[in-house]
Amino acid sequence: MMNTIIRVKNLSKRFGDLQAVDQLSFSVSAGEVYGFLGQNGAGKSTTIRMLLTLIEPDEGEIEIFGLNLRQHRKEILKRTGAVIERPDLYKYLSAFDNLRIFARLSGMKASRKQLMDQLEMVGLAERANSRVKTYSQGMKQRLGLACALVHDPGLIILDEPTNGLDPQGIAEMREMIIRLSRDGGKTLLVSSHLLSEMEMMASSLLIIDNGRKVAEGKLDELLNPKTALVELAVTDTRAARQLLGQTDWIHNIHEKSIRLLRFEMEKSRIPELTRLLVSGGLDIQSIRPVHSLEEYFLAQTGK
Amino acid sequence: MMFITLLRIELFKIFKRPRTYIAFGAIAMIVLLVQLALKVNGKDFIQLYTDSQSDTFEIPYESMNNGYFVCVAVLHMILIHVPLLVALIAGDMISGEAGLGTLRLVVGKPIGRTELILSKFMASTIYVVMLLVWMAIFALFGSILLFGSGDLVVFREENMHLMNQQDVLWRFFAAFVFAALALTTIAAMALMFSAFSENSLGPIVATVCVVIVFTIVQQLKVPLFEQTINPWSFTTHMLGWKGFFYVEKTAEGVTIDGSVENPASLVKSAGVLLGYILLFLTVTVQYFKRKDILS
Repeated sequence: MMNTIIRVKNLSKRFGDLQAVDQLSFSVSAGEVYGFLGQNGAGKSTTIRMLLTLIEPDEGEIEIFGLNLRQHRKEILKRTGAVIERPDLYKYLSAFDNLRIFARLSGMKASRKQLMDQLEMVGLAERANSRVKTYSQGMKQRLGLACALVHDPGLIILDEPTNGLDPQGIAEMREMIIRLSRDGGKTLLVSSHLLSEMEMMASSLLIIDNGRKVAEGKLDELLNPKTALVELAVTDTRAARQLLGQTDWIHNIHEKSIRLLRFEMEKSRIPELTRLLVSGGLDIQSIRPVHSLEEYFLAQTGK
Repeated sequence: MMFITLLRIELFKIFKRPRTYIAFGAIAMIVLLVQLALKVNGKDFIQLYTDSQSDTFEIPYESMNNGYFVCVAVLHMILIHVPLLVALIAGDMISGEAGLGTLRLVVGKPIGRTELILSKFMASTIYVVMLLVWMAIFALFGSILLFGSGDLVVFREENMHLMNQQDVLWRFFAAFVFAALALTTIAAMALMFSAFSENSLGPIVATVCVVIVFTIVQQLKVPLFEQTINPWSFTTHMLGWKGFFYVEKTAEGVTIDGSVENPASLVKSAGVLLGYILLFLTVTVQYFKRKDILS
């Protein structure tokens, strides 16, 4: 049985009139790359900041490593590494000095060799003594990751880790995240608004919109669920909608455009759907289950 | 244990920043300028204060213009401006990190927020002390080297206070300790403003503005402010260091060695400054403990 590393229950946070996070619940299992997906402003960063005690929740409970975050803050943060949005480090210090500071702040007295090994791992050993202000965005991102990993945490939280990176940098970051989970046995919570990235690295996914959970589950279950999202193109959507509405196995029907309906149903019943439409005298142009994460995400968030 | 680690990190960061050395450079330059001016025009400077008494007795300008006298002159001229240099560092302590974005990385580590604030305050205090030690080296020991030593004469409005040279060094030591307390008050205030801001300029400007406003209020010397604001204004009490150079005299007008004119006033000033430090620090800690880190 898998251990639950993060368990969040009914988490809420309001900033003035804005409900940034609304009754959010989710759980992250040990060893997985848990994707946290949502558009900009959906509430991802606010949630992550609450997990790192940067923001006090208005309501809700957070348990990490089976411990209550409020009561065991230091113990939990000692076992957690994080990069929140841009890894803004001390620009006037060298990479080595930055890494040494963050190791100390994590409660670790690292030797010079340990720090250099860490910089070697992210490909910055040769520039260890250069000031961070001379670094490119990609180098800063890698140094940020080194700072998050220097104390060998069990849980790694990365907020938009590929932001500002070029395609090669994105691929390297993705590779590193997968390696940390697969080879290092780490649990990673990775937030992003890039669906394609999530599709390539996450094993589980949480989709939020306007601070609320829209969907949660294993990636393959979300992409290939028993209940599929189906798009039907017909010439007469009104008649089709009326016909489909009479069944009890087709749900959440809505018109996406004048010739396109979208609804939920069991995938195994698609042949039955075809027969129903033909018997109803409707001209079918196409029937298509929605597969990609992007389409799933857009459908779930209604965007 | 974590507090010591945090303090070391804060000091490391302070002394790795080029702006830290601006203050040390500025102090060295101002002191050297004052020393140069007094070396060349010391007599004219002393005459400004002794004009009214020069008819009564002969003023020994040469021996008066010694290292101790120069050091007191330097302290008068620059201690009023040092708050700006202190604000430059302390005002940036929290807001600078918020603006830079490092604050969220630091607060997300297994450290207490109170510990973090206290370490930043302690680092600012150490910076203040080092600034004053630097000033002492240049203003006191540098002046002794350039001008020699001798009895100290201090002017106060129409009065002169004369101190034997054997009775002087402890006064400088006490004055520097008091100045450290006064500047630590400024550091605590700048740190408080820093907790409320997310850019470093705001707290630095706010600190300097507060000092300027209260200094002006204090210098107006109108009854309204003399009776209400000035007794409790920290700018009034920041000048308490001068009290160590005002001596008690016998009925015959002879200086009593080791005395100060008004020790109770010195104790009160120190108490008020300590009270302000405590107040600013409490506000900072209480606010920062609950602050959502959004930067």
